Formats: sequence, structure tokens, C-alpha cells
Amino acid sequence: MGEIVLKQITKSFGDISVIPPLDLTIANGEFVVFVGPSGCGKSTLLRLIAGLEDVSSGTIRIDGKDATALPPAQRGLAMVFQSYALYPHMTVRNNIAFPLKMARLDKAAVDRKVEAAAAVLNLTGYLDRRPGQLSGGQRQRVAIGRAIVREPTAFLFDEPLSNLDAALRVNMRLEISELHASLGTTMIYVTHDQVEAMTMADKIVVLNAGRIEQVGSPIELYSRPRNRFVAGFIGSPRMNFIEGEAARGDGADTIGIRPEHLVLSTDGGRWSGTVSVSEHLGSDTFVYVQVDGIGTLVARAGGEFPVRHGDRVWLTPQAEKLHRFDAAGNALSSLASGKKVA
Amino acid sequence: MATAHSRAAARLTMSPAVLLLLCWMLIPLVMTLYFSFLRYNLLMPGTEEWIGVLNYQYFLTDPAFFAALANTLALVGGVLVLTIAGGIGLALLLDQPFWGQGIVRLLVIAPFFVMPTVSALVWKNMLMNPVNGLFAAIAKGLGLQPFDFLAEAPLSSIILIVTWQWLPFATLILLTALQSLDRERLEAAEMDGAGALDRFIHIILPHLARAMTVVTLIQTIFLLSVFAEILVTTNGGPGTATTNITYLVYAQSLLQFDVGGGSAGGIVAVVLANIVAVFLMRMIGRNLDI
Ligand SMILES: Nc1ncnc2c1ncn2[C@@H]1O[C@H](COP(=O)(O)OP(=O)(O)O)[C@@H](O)[C@H]1O
Ligand SMILES: [Mg+2]
Repeated sequence: MGEIVLKQITKSFGDISVIPPLDLTIANGEFVVFVGPSGCGKSTLLRLIAGLEDVSSGTIRIDGKDATALPPAQRGLAMVFQSYALYPHMTVRNNIAFPLKMARLDKAAVDRKVEAAAAVLNLTGYLDRRPGQLSGGQRQRVAIGRAIVREPTAFLFDEPLSNLDAALRVNMRLEISELHASLGTTMIYVTHDQVEAMTMADKIVVLNAGRIEQVGSPIELYSRPRNRFVAGFIGSPRMNFIEGEAARGDGADTIGIRPEHLVLSTDGGRWSGTVSVSEHLGSDTFVYVQVDGIGTLVARAGGEFPVRHGDRVWLTPQAEKLHRFDAAGNALSSLASGKKVA
Repeated sequence: MATAHSRAAARLTMSPAVLLLLCWMLIPLVMTLYFSFLRYNLLMPGTEEWIGVLNYQYFLTDPAFFAALANTLALVGGVLVLTIAGGIGLALLLDQPFWGQGIVRLLVIAPFFVMPTVSALVWKNMLMNPVNGLFAAIAKGLGLQPFDFLAEAPLSSIILIVTWQWLPFATLILLTALQSLDRERLEAAEMDGAGALDRFIHIILPHLARAMTVVTLIQTIFLLSVFAEILVTTNGGPGTATTNITYLVYAQSLLQFDVGGGSAGGIVAVVLANIVAVFLMRMIGRNLDI
């Protein structure tokens, strides 16, 4: 159970087409992340799956059944919203119990399930408070609690961590990943943050203007991006792109090289330039180099690399890590493997 | 700097306004209080004398007083229930997207701009009149006996007229509150399996609680002193069927020329209004700390 199949679905608001025909299969138990820039249609796609928006055409199958025309409540999905969407006039207990009460469960069963969910989410001491008296992270957990008591076939998360501060975000990320490991339920998670996508996903769906650019595991996307968009979107700091003479030498219109695949040296290498900014983090050093005739490239050195503004350095790309793109931005066969990445 | 200096200066500059307000409120109140202990009848000038609480005794034991008290409560309560229920219904309708929404919303508040005397006269002569009224014409058209609203059900008719006047206000406040409801909250409830009725009861109504309190408070203040509608339609009658406290005070002072008795009635009305205010404030206090 928990398999979701989208077949040729489209969505337009009036004249504006937000999702062009799109096919996607989400396997049972998978943690799938939809990632893409703001406004690319991630939320819309999630809301189509949830049933909060009607598809303009195409079919949605959940668990093998056609769910295209089913109302949200009957799809067996639970959603955690970006704003949490808690019920402010109800206690935490009643918030979590709400879906169970709507399902007309008897009181003893409701209490048992609410207590169990609260225990999982460390909310036991807060059951009689109102959402207004909780911190952001606790509200987030209440929203998740409200979702898990229903024992849904799949969870939908719409940027659930974007209202939390950085430290809490890392914690909640781990908690959600642990929750997925222990429940084993299908989860679809929407975010614009590629770090969240890379750390949590079994499978990442990269979206751009409603189109799927690439689907794959985090490492697949990282090592074999299908086009320039995916290459630039996945990875931080982002991939360096080099056009012109230098790229033509490698038989491509554009070549891409990630900062961690540029070897830094103070005595010699393929490209030379001057350091404009160097960021020393202790564990890594990020060096922004103004390369003659190419522009600014970012390189990462492991550990400390003692350079300062104005120093002359040399950069050499690791040949097997070089990505080559044609004029349309599609990846060409990698030099190392020699086979076409499609 | 909130120093002793600046505070003294603040007091000094505020004092004229405070003094003016005090005079404005206190002089009429004190004079009313004073008159209420006098025998003061406009038909017998020059015979004013101190009679203690006799005016109060007469006013509070007058059967008309109890009738008026009951009528006042029925009028306030009836109009509140009707405007809030109707206001919620209209607000829910107006919140739906439809063509010409702006114009319709503007029209809905129109009754609020019609002054009470005018609207009461329109209702009395053009709608409720048993011979020439629109309702009578409709009844006749359907082959029914026309109903003489103001004679057969006077208090209900007045409640209806006042409700018509206050419905726009309630609708407007409730509509604004409804629009501030987070759509995601409704969607969350929908995904949680709540049908339309459950969403209304568990999400929308609690969200509107504060707005309903505000409507109740403001309307009560104005509804306790409904007067023009009664004066131009029924004159408080038949008998005392539509006399509320405000109208009774008017009748006492200006129809029976008993200024002393009227003043006592006025003071009683002030006390009653304050009792109501205390209850309302309690209710608000409870509703505001969500
Ligand atoms: N109800 C709507 N009516 C019209 N346009 C909408 C509506 N919802 C979303 N859109 C448009 O669809 C596009 C995708 O929106 P959304 O799915 O919210 O993006 P994301 O979640 O990826 O940031 C945006 O351009 C947005 O303006
Ligand atoms: Mg979004």
C-alpha cells in the first residue's frame, strides 16, 4: 500500500498552465522530495495529490485505486502545512484528536491513539496547552501528530520547516527522517531547500516551471545531473559553469565543475587567478577565485587552506568529475564513462 | 523621559479635556439624580419639593415598568439573535466568489445608512400596512387574509424592523472576521475528514466567536436605547406591548409631564445598562484571551 501513480496530469489556473503533462510514480514506503525554485509548482502538485485542487486532466491512482475524483478526506492521505494550520481554539489534545473524532472513533480509542502519538513526538507534557502557548518546533510536532494518528497511506509535507530557525530545522529534519524510518509510510515532502532534499530523500524530483527536470536518488542527481538546471540546483555552493574557449576545448558549449572537484594549488595548474574572497570554516575552506579570461570560480579545499585576498592560486578540475553540456543545456556523455547520460 | 516633570506636564495639558468631559457627563447625571428625588411636575410649576425615594417607589412598582423591562430584554435579545444568525448566514454567502461581489457587498450595508425614523416609517406604511402595504398585497395575491403586523404582533414587528437596520452591521463585522480565517486551516480540517457542517461548527464558528462578541457588545449599547422606531410605529402600544424602558422614561417625563418620575426612570435605566455592561465585559474578557 501507499503507491501513488500520476499519469499525464496537468493543472492550469484559468489561462495559466502551471503543470504541463506530468508522469510520476511514487513507490510504497518511499521518501520522495519535490524540490525546485519558488513558484515552480511544487505546492500545486502536492495539492493535486491531496485533492485540495482538481486536476485539469490526467489521472491519480493511490494504492491502485483511481483517486482522481475522490474528495481529500477519502484519499487516506495526511498533510502537514507550512503554516501548521493548527486549530487555535483547541488544546493540543483536541488538535491531535480532531481527525479521529471526525472519523467518529469512540473516546477510549481516541485517547489511546492521542497519548501514543504524543509520546512519540515528545508532546505528553503539553497536551492541555493551546497552540498559541507552544514554540514553533512544538507546533510543528502537533501538526505532525495530527497527521500520524490517522495512520494515512502517505504523508504530504509542504515546506514544513521553513518557519523554523536553522538549529531547529536540523533537529526536525532528523525527527522526520526517523519518523519515516520507524513508520515506513510513503512520504512526499516539498521544499525549495536542496540541502533538505539531499539529506532526507530516497528519491528527489527536481521541478522547474512545473516540468520534471530529473528524478533520481540524491547521489544520482549529484553525480549525473541530466541538465544544467539540475546541475546548478543540486549541490552547495553551486556548480561552477564555464563557457566559451575553455569549454570548447572539452568539446562542449558549457562545462560544469563542482567546487569540491577543483584542486587548489599555490604553485601551478590548469587555470590561474587571484583570490577575491576566502571563507575559512576550519573543516573546509571556500575560495572565490577571479580566473583570468573565465570569471569567478569557487573552489573548496578540505581543512584549512591558508590564502588571503589578492593571493595568486591555480585551479585544476578533476577530469572525471567534469560535466559537459550542449547549447540547450543538456548533459553530454561524461568524459570518464564515455556513455551518454540520458 | 517619563520623569515626574513630563508626567506633571502631561497632566496639566490633559486636564482641560478631562474637565470638559467630566462636566459634559456629570452635570446632566447629577441633575437627573437631583430631579429624581423631587416632586417635579410640569403641570404644577412651583410646587417642587424633596420627596425622597418616592419617585423610585412609584416607578419600580408601576406594572408598566415590568412590562417595559421584559420588552427591552425581548427586543435586545431578539435582535441580537436574529442579526448574528442572519449575519453569519449572509457573511458565508458573501464570502463565496461570485460575479458582482463588490456591488452586492456595497448594497448589503445600505440599510445601515437609512435613519431609524425613515426606515420605521417605510416598514410601517409601505410594507406592513394591512391595506396598502406590500406584504398585504402579497397575501391578497396568494388569496390569504392580510396580516396587521403592528396590531397583531407589535413587538415582533419592531424586532423585525430593528433587525433589518442592524443586520448590515453584523454582516460586515462577521464577513471581515470570516475573511481573516486562514484557508489552510479549513483545508487541514477537510483533509482531517471534517464535512461542511463539521467545518462550520468546529472551525468557522469558534473563529467568529470574537467578532460575535464585538457585535453583541456594540449592538446591545444601541439596542437598549431604541426609541425612534417605537415612536413612529406604535407609540409604545397597544397598551404597553411595545414600551421599552427608554420609551417609558419618555412617556413619564414628556407625556405625563412628570419630570421627577422620568428622572427616576432614567437613573434606573442607567443602573440596568451598567448591569448589562458588567455581564458583557465578563463575556468579552473570556472571549478575548484565546
Ligand atoms: N489558486 C491559484 N490561482 C492562480 N495561480 C496560482 C494559484 N495557486 C498557485 N498559482 C500559481 O502557480 C504557480 C506555482 O505555485 P506553487 O505551486 O505555490 O509554487 P511553489 O510551491 O513551488 O512555490 C505560481 O506561479 C502561482 O502564482
Ligand atoms: Mg509552495
